[in-house]
Amino acid sequence: MSPGAFWLAVVGGMLVTFATRASFFILPQTERLPRLFLRGLRFVPPAVLGALVATMVADPLAESGFRTAWPRLAAVLVAAIFGWRTRNMWGTIGLGMVSLWVLQSVASP
Amino acid sequence: MTPMTTPSARSPRAEFLGGARDQLPLLLGVIPFGLIFGALAIEAGVPPLGANGLSLFVFAGSAQFVSLNLVETGAPALVMILTIFIVNLRHALYSASLAPHVRHLPARWRLLLAYLLTDEAFAVAQARYRRPPLETAHWYALGTGLALWTSWQLSTLAGVFFGARVPASWSLDFALPLTFLALLLPALVDRPAWVAALGGAALAILLHGLPYNLGLVVAAMTAVGIALATEGRQESLAANSSAAKEKT
Repeated sequence: MSPGAFWLAVVGGMLVTFATRASFFILPQTERLPRLFLRGLRFVPPAVLGALVATMVADPLAESGFRTAWPRLAAVLVAAIFGWRTRNMWGTIGLGMVSLWVLQSVASP
Repeated sequence: MTPMTTPSARSPRAEFLGGARDQLPLLLGVIPFGLIFGALAIEAGVPPLGANGLSLFVFAGSAQFVSLNLVETGAPALVMILTIFIVNLRHALYSASLAPHVRHLPARWRLLLAYLLTDEAFAVAQARYRRPPLETAHWYALGTGLALWTSWQLSTLAGVFFGARVPASWSLDFALPLTFLALLLPALVDRPAWVAALGGAALAILLHGLPYNLGLVVAAMTAVGIALATEGRQESLAANSSAAKEKT
């Protein structure tokens, strides 16, 4: 990405982010919006985050193969189970990182 | 409801400091997040000014992390803007939720609070808006928003310079999917939300061949549509079963 394209993306990203945050603060009549649009908004975070986690875990597996990248898959599963039971964000991240380090040292001592 | 004695409104200064104080527990989590962002930005090849620019202008953790992924893969600016928009669509919900409380404020106040409307600021501010008197509550929202904003800018700055010394063997990049995972789990409140997450995940892998990470955008939008259809089907099933019960 060229510096020009990067800064264009930063300014554009600022505008669209500010637009979503300011949307209902400056919109006079919210009741005229389509109901389907409003109902769909709540599914955007799980859809996008699910897609991101999947591609970020699948990418190294596709690139370097299961034999090298399996600790990432295993660590993300450990973190998912812990996170699901505790809902502790930093515990989830911390346990996932520690699991990856331990499993990587086991995989390639 | 029995009328209660109205407590007198607190001073703007007391509200501002109260908002900043109540943000402190969240800062314990946010500051390391900012350090990681600054460090990963440098790792992704973003110049220091660019990393701080993302924090200053976009000012949205998840979207900034996603941006790093797109910078690394050389996505076009439009895809990055569209992705930031989709990742940040949830802010429209916060905006809708707080709108009744800020509608009376002057435009400059509404725009300032909108700029500061992050996940963390919303979480703290909405709790304040349940406790009247609310005459000076916008100062509380400003205090909590600015506490987070300052911490995010400074931790990004520190992470940018600390990051150059973080060894690659620490696999810092793995904090990205882990953080998204941790942010994803609390959103799985019902079956349609699960459908959105699992649908988004499966479709993103299936559509990974699309150029410029467009697969992510298409997967997310399609998953939202499938989740809406699931929710609609659930509702009509529930309506049918309750109608059947009434007949018997």
